[in-house]
Amino acid sequence: MLLIACPHCGKRPETEFRCGGQAHIARPADPMTVDDGAWSEHLFVRANPKGVHAERWCHVHGCGRWFNALRDTISDRFIETYPMGAKPTQFPQSETRA
Amino acid sequence: MLETRYRAARALPLATLPRPAASGASVSVRPAGAESRFSLRARLGGGAPTLAGLPLDAPINTVGTDGEVWIARLGPDEWLVGGPEADADLLQGRIHEALAGLPHALVDVSHRNVGIDVSGRQAAAVFNAGCPLDLSETAFPPGSATRTLLGKAEIVLIRAAAAPLYRVECWRSFSTYVHGFLNEAVFGAEGAVAP
Ligand SMILES: [Zn+2]
Repeated sequence: MLLIACPHCGKRPETEFRCGGQAHIARPADPMTVDDGAWSEHLFVRANPKGVHAERWCHVHGCGRWFNALRDTISDRFIETYPMGAKPTQFPQSETRA
Repeated sequence: MLETRYRAARALPLATLPRPAASGASVSVRPAGAESRFSLRARLGGGAPTLAGLPLDAPINTVGTDGEVWIARLGPDEWLVGGPEADADLLQGRIHEALAGLPHALVDVSHRNVGIDVSGRQAAAVFNAGCPLDLSETAFPPGSATRTLLGKAEIVLIRAAAAPLYRVECWRSFSTYVHGFLNEAVFGAEGAVAP
């Protein structure tokens, strides 16, 4: 079973959580000044890396709160979870085994 | 004439089951009676209001009770408050009084929630049939309460006292599923009790 460490509740089973996609995407401050290309980039284009990825997660069947997580997309290991508005403390290398 | 046709009596969803309670030597599942419950949302900020002598700023995923009223803190800004059915109006007034001056949302969910009591030595094993939480004494001691999953249904699991007595609070439309699930789990734990 995969355990995810919610910043409020501690380690809880994966089934209680829902993933909300890539984290730290800043919405353009004034959307009216952004051209169509940049706007569609903001809306639809995501990093989708093979390796460490910063994601938003929601503890939907628990405290109901959103938080951020660093997850390795190769091993599915959660490296770090941290509150909304915060930055991760570490930027580890991917766990790729070449 | 009309008022005799529209009764205000409350029908509990699990009250009409042919076998409402399943019990064996080491665990028993019993639907709880009618109670009043409130969903409370508020940002405490720096304040620490108390309700029925219980602090609202208790740690997340804990429950406190004064014997009648219980308050489970489910998240940073969310509480589930329960009490006797007859005290619904009284309890509502006490909550508003305790939070006077603090913006908050209070919703009466007495009829949305259904309570089921599971007690006995094997109670934790029965939950673990469909709930992957660690329910050991160290991880889920008396005074714990949390929202979680049982099978496919969302529940609030409350362990107020030291006795192996757990209260499941689920939504009304999930109640027959949750009750059936628990009865099946009792069958698995006891081996001999028909669900
Ligand atoms: Zn949580």
